[in-house]
Amino acid sequence: MAAVEIPRSEQAFLEYVQAGGQVETTDWMPDDYRAKLVKFIEMHGNSELMGVLPEREWILRAPTLQRKLALTAKVQDEVGHAQLIYRVVEDLGKPREQCLADLISGKAKFHNVFHYPTKTWGDVGVIAWLVDAAAIISQKALLKCSYAPYARIMKKICWEESFHILHGRDVILAMVTGTPEQFELVQEALNRWWGPLMQFHGNPIPREEDPMFIWRIKSQGNEEARQGFLDGYVPQIWELGLTVPDPKLRKRDDGVWEYTEPDWAELKHVVTGHGPRTADRLAFRARFLEQEQWVRDAVLAA
Amino acid sequence: MGARRSLGGLMIYEVFRQDRKGQPFEHAGSVVAPDAEFAEAWAREQYGRRGESVALWLVPRDAVHVVADWADEFDLKYRRVDGYSIKARLKEARERAGTAGAG
Repeated sequence: MAAVEIPRSEQAFLEYVQAGGQVETTDWMPDDYRAKLVKFIEMHGNSELMGVLPEREWILRAPTLQRKLALTAKVQDEVGHAQLIYRVVEDLGKPREQCLADLISGKAKFHNVFHYPTKTWGDVGVIAWLVDAAAIISQKALLKCSYAPYARIMKKICWEESFHILHGRDVILAMVTGTPEQFELVQEALNRWWGPLMQFHGNPIPREEDPMFIWRIKSQGNEEARQGFLDGYVPQIWELGLTVPDPKLRKRDDGVWEYTEPDWAELKHVVTGHGPRTADRLAFRARFLEQEQWVRDAVLAA
Repeated sequence: MGARRSLGGLMIYEVFRQDRKGQPFEHAGSVVAPDAEFAEAWAREQYGRRGESVALWLVPRDAVHVVADWADEFDLKYRRVDGYSIKARLKEARERAGTAGAG
């Protein structure tokens, strides 16, 4: 095989990644590509790190020892993902300390679903099952990312997410086969989470206009991801006797799901730092970062 | 790559993991740590806590000597299959032997 030359002009580089080409940390890349990578991957890292907080709140309240352990393991997995992802961002030129500072100051974003409260154990089940399901649909589309180091760590991340979905489904199944009150907790949680879940994959801009698709950072469009989510999970929700709180939801004969337009204003409001739990959770992160400074100092002094 | 300087005493270790005995080691990511002992602790957690790896290699990034330029100035294609185009000559040889079209 002859050497694969990474083209050193923006246009040729674009054609290279659009043809399925991948790049490594040490390869030349256009500034815009690097900036888009940092933005996208950093938000993913932030979301993993912030995503553990809604569930962490339930470790002590989980109904059995087994559930406490499983939830703790899930939290460890997600923090581990954040670690791996921030390493990729660091290699692209943005230090982890800077990522954390930008997260805490509100300059950097994290996924909409992690700005909401976890009201009951039903919410924990819905998060672990459906939020993780929505996330894995996005993450599987990153296995082919044009930036190879990110694609490689995504293998491990997707593998671990598959445990989480199973764990969530198990929590939900235990509740829907339990008392009527338990079933109701799941239905209420689904009602609360459906809006944010439908917003999760973002507005339906055509993928050809989405910079993250143009650079082949992700390999599917937003609407494609949402359709994948609906197709995979609505039948699973229905078969449990649960109701999806959208009267317009239906699968057309051509296979496309119709649904009520998600509340894009809410999405924008929430991810720009105005979610119901945004301030609390960022304050928690800031406090822990400060509290754990001595660990970093001790490690560096070792 | 100046990893030591840029990370204030920390080193980047590239992690290679092996799925099963006998399989090749595959690059899986990296960890950052002050020394090999800490790197091992992080890597064990990241890549082994579910028994998914039978072995790990932790390699300081500075120790990786990368070779990625494969200029072919001397036209070495005689070492490769694309260096040989036998179609025309085979046809001629078959014609001479009177076996063309026989196969």
